[in-house]
Formats: sequence, structure tokens, C-alpha cells
Amino acid sequence: MVNKMNIVPEITRKSITHLINNEERVDGRAMDEYREISLETGVISKAEGSARVKIGNTQIMVGTKPQIGEPFPDTPDVGVLMTNSELLPMASPSFEPGPPDERSVELSRVADRCIRESQMVDLEKLCIIPGKKVWMVFIDLHILDYDGNLMDAAVLGAVAALKNTMIPEVKVVDNEIIIDHENMKPLPIREEVVMCTFAKIGEQLVIDPSLDEEEILSARLSIGITASDKICAMQKGGDSPLTKEEIMNAVKITESKSKELMKYLEC
Amino acid sequence: MIFVNDKDLVVPGEILAEEDFHPGRGTFKEENKICSSVVGLVAIRNKKISVIPLQSKYIPKRGDVVIGEINDIRFSMWGLDINSPYSGLLPASEVFGKEKRELEKVFKVGDVLFLRVIDVDEVKKVKLGLKGRGLGKFRGGILIYITPTKVPRLIGKKGSMINMIKDKTHCDIVVGQNGVVWVKGQTDMERIAEKVIKMIQNQAHTSGLTDRVREMLAELTGEEIEESKEISEDLGETEELEGETDENNNDQSSDEKEEESSVEEDENLPQEIIESKLNFNLKR
Amino acid sequence: MITIITLGTNIGAKSREDGRAFDELRNLKIEAGVLERADGSAYLEFGGNKVLVAVYGPKESFIRRFQRPDRAYIRCRYNMAPFSVDDRKRPGPDRRSIEISKITAEALQPAVILEKYPRSVIEIFIEVLEAEGGTRCAGITAASVALADAGIPMKDMVVACAAGKVDGQVVLDLSEVEDKDGQADVPVAILPRSGEITLLQSDGNLSTVEFEKALDLAIKGCNQISEVQKEALKKRYGE
Repeated sequence: MVNKMNIVPEITRKSITHLINNEERVDGRAMDEYREISLETGVISKAEGSARVKIGNTQIMVGTKPQIGEPFPDTPDVGVLMTNSELLPMASPSFEPGPPDERSVELSRVADRCIRESQMVDLEKLCIIPGKKVWMVFIDLHILDYDGNLMDAAVLGAVAALKNTMIPEVKVVDNEIIIDHENMKPLPIREEVVMCTFAKIGEQLVIDPSLDEEEILSARLSIGITASDKICAMQKGGDSPLTKEEIMNAVKITESKSKELMKYLEC
Repeated sequence: MIFVNDKDLVVPGEILAEEDFHPGRGTFKEENKICSSVVGLVAIRNKKISVIPLQSKYIPKRGDVVIGEINDIRFSMWGLDINSPYSGLLPASEVFGKEKRELEKVFKVGDVLFLRVIDVDEVKKVKLGLKGRGLGKFRGGILIYITPTKVPRLIGKKGSMINMIKDKTHCDIVVGQNGVVWVKGQTDMERIAEKVIKMIQNQAHTSGLTDRVREMLAELTGEEIEESKEISEDLGETEELEGETDENNNDQSSDEKEEESSVEEDENLPQEIIESKLNFNLKR
Repeated sequence: MITIITLGTNIGAKSREDGRAFDELRNLKIEAGVLERADGSAYLEFGGNKVLVAVYGPKESFIRRFQRPDRAYIRCRYNMAPFSVDDRKRPGPDRRSIEISKITAEALQPAVILEKYPRSVIEIFIEVLEAEGGTRCAGITAASVALADAGIPMKDMVVACAAGKVDGQVVLDLSEVEDKDGQADVPVAILPRSGEITLLQSDGNLSTVEFEKALDLAIKGCNQISEVQKEALKKRYGE
């Protein structure tokens, strides 16, 4: 249970900023240090793939569901990934029940770009009948507890869930699809991807902002990077600008920090 | 007939006693049975059974001192978040008297104030005031949020617990009865005070807390543990009485004790805070 | 395979699809205080069901519709995760979840001492992470624990359990398969101290005798589950 004022009190803003300007953080972390991370996979048996990720007290449950559907007309022979997120009202008093709001849509789209552009899943192998039938994999991000930095948790959870996903073998006989639930195979995964998020507070950049930090940040930068150091997605947020130096600095930190995050996926 | 012991942990609906006993707060009477209405610790005092809740929201009561944050400015009043299901109002007249002034120039949204609850009406409109010793706006420092029911525990008997933290960290500390705590001192000492206060909140229902707080303070501040047996003994009693001074109470009979608690706490304010905050009131 | 046909007098002997006796509950686990942000929370596993509940409040109500001058208003939202069922469920409320939200609020309401917090709102969010039959009962049971964990005063902790009829036999706590193949499902919620019923639904065909038997069985199940609720809360505070 966390009690907080609805608007960040001025003295809280000042004390956090003051600490960070002196390269200290409220919870004692270094500027480039993540909170404790935990990742479990295969936690929902009804989902073909699932993962529960925690970064600090932020908690997301991710489930994947493959379905057979029609490909997009411009990409007739590749499978489809669909990422959806729900900022559940259970996760924060600031989340309202109802259709996805802009924060939720941004989160879904950034996670989606990160996974899609990394080409982590070999979507061509998900084609069943070109132009007619392909596998569509739904990735549902269920935000259970919001304590800052949903982006990194969402990508970590989604990647883990995809790696955990099994799809049935399919055969096409006389234009008819036969789904063999007895024979399940993993999704074709090429390489992994993670995301690192930075918050600019005062004159500094900090990685993995906690809720307190997120509420007072002036700018935010999320960087998606693959195991082979290809930058595959970026998202700048917040009201204030960033300098080129700050951005390049964040990229450099991401290159080394991403290796740490990748370790959680080795299971 | 009684079914529980003092300090037992009980849950809502649990039957505590039959006949011969009086229902205190955190309990209700149903036919001849007294039952618990909350998760909490049983407190038996002369045939009166109460349950001190382990978790609760702050319900404003006249006379309480609270820490609130300005979250709205209207024509003739400020709106305040007082960490409660009910928000507070600070009328401009409480601050300016009959003088007309621009409200934003005095307190802005995001400012944190130490206030007194002047009145709570039947529709739960909470009127706050700033007249009184030590009340006013905070400058600097940090805020810590604890469960309001644990405020008496944090203060300790006659302020023993909070004074120990103040002494060891050299911080100024103000505790609002709404569970908001303000701490100001050296940056590292503020963080130590925060850690200790959080520990007290998490372990408020356990025994031997005072000793653990003393050890923790010594360890974190790097100061020697002092032999202070008498304090320890003195606090032994507090542990038993914890929560008796809690504010969320429907039970009239313990109201006196609550009054004591708020007064006691007020008087514990260090002189320097009182002065630094008084500068505002002096203008009137 | 040889099936031994038993007579109605020996009802306990007929084995159920998952090997349980007619009056046996599925495995049950409840944990209180599992979320950081919520004022109170509980996680429950019941057979293959996984349910998470968060409670916020009592808090200030800004919506007049959710405000009562003399007491707190309970707002409940039952929701199923898209991945909680075999075929992906489209996100957002449907008719079923809206109905369950309503009856859940009504099932819990008699226990909560609402007069203590006039004009405020208490929000209950039930998330079904995995469904395997009996999620509404699981949600109510977990919600009571989350309400208590939030410090909300209650006269008792509401507890729910279903009974029903499968293969012509009245049984306790229907699994998903039994619910689909069975002839009736009767979810029940009670106030355990008084035995009063706060939720009752019935779906299927039952004779009066069978209905009473199902009701008694469900109440018996509720009383067993009630003990697990209490344990969960006591464990949370280190007993």
C-alpha cells in the first residue's frame, strides 16, 4: 500500500531533484542501476505463452495467444503480431476503467515496434497459406501494479512470453488447414531485444525511473536494442527537450545495460 | 466469556467475547456477542474490548493536526489533499482575515502545509485552519507516508520514539495525524529517518520495536548504542498501549486520550520549526 | 475400461472427472497483500483459477452517481484477461462481466460497514488471470480478503463457492469441464457467522430436493474456504 498525494508536492519534487543533481537517488540506486528484476515464464497454462515480470514493484502479466487469421494485403506471406496493453485500474489510482487511453496506446505501440522492428520473431515462418491464412500472435500486456517504467517491463515480459510461446503444427491438405495440437513447437525466434528507459531529472539522466521519478521527469527516452546492438526502436516523451549529447549518452549506456537485461531472458 | 487474548491478531467477523464485555472501537455488538470489524490486534482494558486496526484511512476529526498539500485554488479558499477520503478546505479568511489578497501569491498548488482541522460538518466538509503554534507552510525537507493508525506508535509514549529519531538524526520532524510525516535535516539523515519511520510502520504491531529502532538508528548513523535502560522500560508500556490514542474512533469514551495525543505531539515540535513556519502567521 | 455403476445410496463412491469426491473442493491458496499500489489486495488460486483482486479506498468520490450522502458506495469491476481462457477474449467488459460485477458488489455489500465513510467510494477490481470454472466465486472470496487487507471495516468476510449437478449427481465446486457437461451450477456466497446468503444464482435443472442438497453442499464448501481466508490474513501479518 502506497499513500501519496495526487499532485507531486513541491518539496518532494525539489528533494528528489536535489538528490539526483548530486548523483543520488531516493532508493539509493546508482544513476544507471535497475531496480530488482524478476521474470517467470509459463505462469498461465491457458495461454500458449506467458510471463510475469517485475521491475521493482512494477508488475506486468503477459500472455500470448496464437490464432489463425488473414494476412495484411501488403504482406500476404508473413504472420501478424498484435500487441495490446491494458493499464488496469487495479495497478494505480490514476488508471481509469474503460477503453485504452493514450498512455496505454503509446505503451502498446512502442512495445510492438520494438518487437516487430527487431525482427525477433521470424514472421515469414508463420505463413500457412500465402495471401490467405497466417498465424496471428496476440501479445496481451496486463499491467497489474504500476510503480514506474512500464516500457522496459513490457518489452522484457513480451519477449519472455514470446520465447515461451508454443504453437501447434499445421498441415495444409487440399487447401484445408489441419491443426495438430498434439505437436506443439516454439515460435521461430531469431534474436532477442530489450528496452532501456531513461528519465531526465534536473541535469541528469537516470535509468529505470521509479514512479516518484517518473512523476517529476522533464523528458523521457526509451531505447530498444537487439542482442547484436542494433537500435530498433526509440521513443522520446516528456515536456522538455533533450540534447544530442544526452541522447548519445543514453545510447551508450543502453549498449552495456542491455546485456544485463538479456541475462533475465536466458531461461 | 472471552475467546481471545490481549494482542491477538483477529480478522473481521471474528467473535471476541460474549456478555460481560463492552465493545470498543474496531468492534461491533451483535446480540450478545462482540465481534471484530477489522484486521487488527485485540486490546482488552477493564472489560472493554477493542481492535486496533493494522490498516486504515484517515478520517478527519476536529482538533487534529494534519499535513496537507494544496491541490486547488478557488475564489476564496484553497483545496487540500489531506491523505484521506475527504479533502480539506482552507478558507482565505483563515489566512488573511478580512483583507482581500490574491490567493496564488501566498500558497501555490503543490505547497505543503501543517494545519489544524477546525471543523468537520455533517457532509464531511473539512475546514482547516492555520492559526496556532507551529502551523504553516513547510520549506524543504521530505515527506513520508505511513498508515494513520500507526501514528501513535511513531510518536511513542510522551514522544519518546519520535524524540529518539530526532536526537539521533538531528532532523526536524513533524507528524500529522493523517499519517503524513515531514522530515528536514541533512540529506543523508533525512533518508535514515525515512528508513526508520518506514520500519516502525511495518513492524508497529510487533514487540521489542523500540530496541530495534535504537539499534537501527545506531547502525545507520554510525553512533554508539547508548545504555538507556530507563527509556527502554518506559517504552515497554507504550508497546502495550499502542494505538490507544488512535484517531479513527467512534467510541466516545476514549476521546480524552486522543486529545492528549494531539496536544502532546504539538508540543513536541522543535522550536526552530515553529519559528520558521510562524513567519507567515506573524503577518496578520 | 470397466465402469462400476453405483447406486444412488452410495454417492461418494462415484468418482469425478478429476478424481475428487462429490463434496471435495479443488486445491485452494490465498495470499493477502500482494500489490504495492492498491490499498488492499489478494491473490487466489483455486484449481486452475488464478484471480487477483485490488481494493482502493474508501476514497473521495468525484462522480455524483457513485456518491451516497450517508454511506460509502461500492464499485466493483470483474474483468477477464484476454489470455485467461482457451480462445482469446476481447479486452473490455461484456454482458457477462458486467452482470458478475454487479452481483459481486451486491454479494459483498451486506458485510461492509458502509456508514463509517459517507460520500466516499470503495473500488474493487477483480482480474481473472486464468479461468477454470467458478471464477465469480473465486473473485468474491478473494475480494473479501482484499477488503480486509485494505482495513475496511466489515461485519464478516463474505465467502463464495458453487455446487451443482453433474452426471445426475449433486457435487461441490464444479470444474470447467463439469460446468460445461453438467446439468446445473449454483454459485452461493454467504456471511459465514450467520449463514445468511448474499449471492445466489442457479443455471440448469434441479429438483427441489437436489437444489436444497446443492445449497447445503455449497454452504459447507464456503465454511471450509472461510478458514483459508482467515489464515491468509493472519499469515500476512506474521502469525
